[in-house]
Amino acid sequence: MSAAAAVSLAIVCVALAAFAYVPELLRRRRMRPRPAPKPPRGKAIPDPGEQLRAERRAEQLIEEVLGVDALEAYRALGFLHCFGAARDGAPAYGYLIYPHKPIVSFDVATGELLNEHCVSFPDRSEPEGGQRLPDADDALAKWLALRADEHGLINEANMHLPGRQLDPDHVRRDIARLSEWTSRSTADAEGNLDGAGGV
Amino acid sequence: MKLVRMRPGHGDQLLAEGDPDLDADEARLVEAFRRQLELGMWAAVPTREDERREAMLVRDFDEVPREAERVIFIPPAAGG
Repeated sequence: MSAAAAVSLAIVCVALAAFAYVPELLRRRRMRPRPAPKPPRGKAIPDPGEQLRAERRAEQLIEEVLGVDALEAYRALGFLHCFGAARDGAPAYGYLIYPHKPIVSFDVATGELLNEHCVSFPDRSEPEGGQRLPDADDALAKWLALRADEHGLINEANMHLPGRQLDPDHVRRDIARLSEWTSRSTADAEGNLDGAGGV
Repeated sequence: MKLVRMRPGHGDQLLAEGDPDLDADEARLVEAFRRQLELGMWAAVPTREDERREAMLVRDFDEVPREAERVIFIPPAAGG
């Protein structure tokens, strides 16, 4: 074999090898775990208890605004509730008010789920502090807005059929838990959550 | 009367407190109230009708019932 032929053969081999292995090498390089980014110097370490303290303060506000029984119900059930307009002396529908999840309207008489109302209260005035209110504040903000301007809030919300974001079976269980809770303490519920009595 | 604001990552924060029947206190309350509305906050006032817990949204300090214990400033609602 001449020298020229040997060089040509070598070039072809290198080209074939590159064609076969370079993509795999690139893929492995992309998959390689990267080290976690170091926090910028001089920036304070996040306070691990900040969120918990914020939540405690927000729960305290629920107690001050809605009463101790409402706070107990919120802690036990994980949501607030209120009722809509009365028909023949009894509320026709109610709302389950979940923190950072849709409000769910339901038929009080049958327990049937009516709609999911997706609404949030993002605080865009101070971007460095984040936009998300503590859970209890989000629930209380929804309660305040519903009681003060039900139609305005419902019109602002994106409305969907039940099941879009929340598991309908889970919500039905929550309605049953709420009914149990209010029937256990009907006297407390009257006037302490929103005065509308049990489900 | 207390003016408090819901804050992300913090919970409620006291902005001002005073007796609206005292001129000096009222001036501070009005100033704090206006500042929050300029920032785009909603002003909610928890109220009670008999034993029922209710709430109202107000746009002017004059609309706040004199006997109200607190005004709560919340970010405006947005469809989610």
